[in-house]
Amino acid sequence: MGSASENAGRPVLEAVRLTLDYVTESGRVRAVENVSFTVAKGERLVLLGPSGCGKSSILKAIAGFIRPSEGSILLDGRPVDRPGPDRVVVFQEFDQLLPWKTVRENVAFPLQVARGKSKAEARQIAEAALEKVGLARALDAYPHTLSGGMKQRAAIARALAAAPEVLLMDEPFAALDALTRTNLQNDLLDLADELKFTLVFVTHSIEEAVLVGSRLHLLSPHPGRTLATFDTATFGRDQRGTAEFGDIVRDINSALFDRRTEIAA
Amino acid sequence: MTDQAADLPAAAGNEQPARRRQPFFHSVAFRRGIVLVTLALLWQIAADFTANPLLLPSFTQTATALWDALLHENLATAIIASLSVLLKGYLTALAIAIVLVSLATANVFVREALLTLTAMFNPLPAIALLPLAMLWFGLGETSLIFVLVHSVLWPFALATFTGFQSVPETHRLVGRNYGLTGPRYVAYILIPSALPSIISGLKIGWAFAWRTLIAAELVFGVSSSQGGLGWFIFRNRNELFTDKVFAGLVSVILIGLVVEFGLFRALENVTVRRWGTQT
Repeated sequence: MGSASENAGRPVLEAVRLTLDYVTESGRVRAVENVSFTVAKGERLVLLGPSGCGKSSILKAIAGFIRPSEGSILLDGRPVDRPGPDRVVVFQEFDQLLPWKTVRENVAFPLQVARGKSKAEARQIAEAALEKVGLARALDAYPHTLSGGMKQRAAIARALAAAPEVLLMDEPFAALDALTRTNLQNDLLDLADELKFTLVFVTHSIEEAVLVGSRLHLLSPHPGRTLATFDTATFGRDQRGTAEFGDIVRDINSALFDRRTEIAA
Repeated sequence: MTDQAADLPAAAGNEQPARRRQPFFHSVAFRRGIVLVTLALLWQIAADFTANPLLLPSFTQTATALWDALLHENLATAIIASLSVLLKGYLTALAIAIVLVSLATANVFVREALLTLTAMFNPLPAIALLPLAMLWFGLGETSLIFVLVHSVLWPFALATFTGFQSVPETHRLVGRNYGLTGPRYVAYILIPSALPSIISGLKIGWAFAWRTLIAAELVFGVSSSQGGLGWFIFRNRNELFTDKVFAGLVSVILIGLVVEFGLFRALENVTVRRWGTQT
C-alpha cells in the first residue's frame, strides 16, 4: 500500500469540476454536475447520498469505466482515461467473483494478467491477502459454495492484493444481512488501520458512512451536486451508539433532508 | 479480520460440499438400469407375443444381430463412416460459427445479419435442403457436409452469441478493471462466462447433426465410397433383415447416449457443474 507518512496530505486522487452525463434513448441525462473533491493518501472518502445522486457514477468515472463530459479526474496528478489495476473496484454484486475460478485463483489472476507477477508469486500474495480477510480455509472453494459475506471478503482480498493507489468500493455491504454487514464493517476498519489504504467508498447508509469514512461528501439527487462535507475521522467502531455518533448522524440527516424538502417545494 | 466465524458455513473449506456415498441401490445409475431392464423385458414379451420377427424382432434377436453385424458385416465401418462425415460437418460449422459470432460482437451490421439469418434458417429443417444440396454438389460427401453445417451452424451461433450477450455486467467490469482488452478480454472473461450457453449450443448442434445425418443417409445413402449407418438401416430394410434394422437403430441410439452422457457430461463436470453455473 506504500508509505502513508511520507506523502501524507498530498492528494492521491482529485476530481475537478466533474460533470457526468448518460446518453439514453431519450437524450442525455445529467448524473453528476460540477463536483470537486480531493482524497489524500490514507484518507477514506465516503460519497453519501440518496439514490439518483450519481455517487456510483462518480465511482465508475474514477475507475475509468465512464468518461467525464466536463472536468477531470486526476490520479497522482495524471488524468484518468481508462480502467486500470491502480484503481480496483469492489462491487456490490456477489457475482464479481468469477465463478470459473477458485477463491485463490480469483485473487491471484489479476496479479498475473495486470501486474505481471509470476504464478508462484501471485499465489503467495493471494494467500496472504485471503488470510488477512479471514478466508484461509476457503482457498480452494469455488465462489458458488461461499456465503455472501465470504464472497465480499474475497473481493476485498482481491482488491487489496492488487495494491491499488486507490481502493474503490461501491456499496460493498448493501446486499448483506445486518450482522454480517457489521462484521465486515469492523474488519474493514481494522484493515484500514493496519494497511492505511486510500479508499473511496459509496453508500446510502449514514451510519455506515460515518463509521467507515474519515471524510464525507454529501450529494443531492438529480443531478448529483455537492451539498456539504463532514469530517468524521474521529468516529470509528468504538464510537458506535455514543451520543456524539447520534448527533452527527442527525446533522447529516438534516443536511440531506433539508435539501430534499427544498426540491419538493 | 478476525471475527469471521459468523459467515463461514461448515462446507467452505472443501472444493465440493461433502457428499456422502449413497448405497448403490439408491443411485441414479441403479434406477436407470432398472428402467432399461424393464424396457428390454417388455420388448422381449411383446416380440414373443407377436411371434413375427420380420415385423418385430425380439431383444435377444436384435442383440445377436447387432453382435453379428459388428463382427461379420460392415456395421462398424458404417458407424465410422457416419461419424467421420458428422465430425467434418460439425467442426466446419463450429469454425464458421466462431468467426461469425466474433464478427457479430464487433460489428452491428454483422450482428443484424447473424440474427436475421438465424431467424430465417433455424426453423428450416436441414434435411429439407438435401435435394438442393444434391443438385449443387452431387451425390456425395459434400452434400452431406453441406446439410450438416446448416444443421449445426445456426443453433450453435445463436447459443454462443446469446451467451456472449448475457455475460453479467459485473464480470465485464471486473475484466476491464484489470485492464483486459481485445483477445485477452475474450479469452479470460467472455468465453468462460458464456461457457454454459456455448456447451448447450454444442449439445443442440450435435443432436441436430446426428439426426440430420442419419436422415440424409436414409435418403441417398451411399456417399462417395461407403454407406453410413443410415444406409445400413435402409439396405437391411430393403432385404427384410428386420433384426439388423433394429441393430442399426440401437447403434444410433447408443452413440447418441454415449456422446450425451459420456462426452458432454464429462465436459460439464469439469467446467460448469464444478463452477455452479450450469443452466
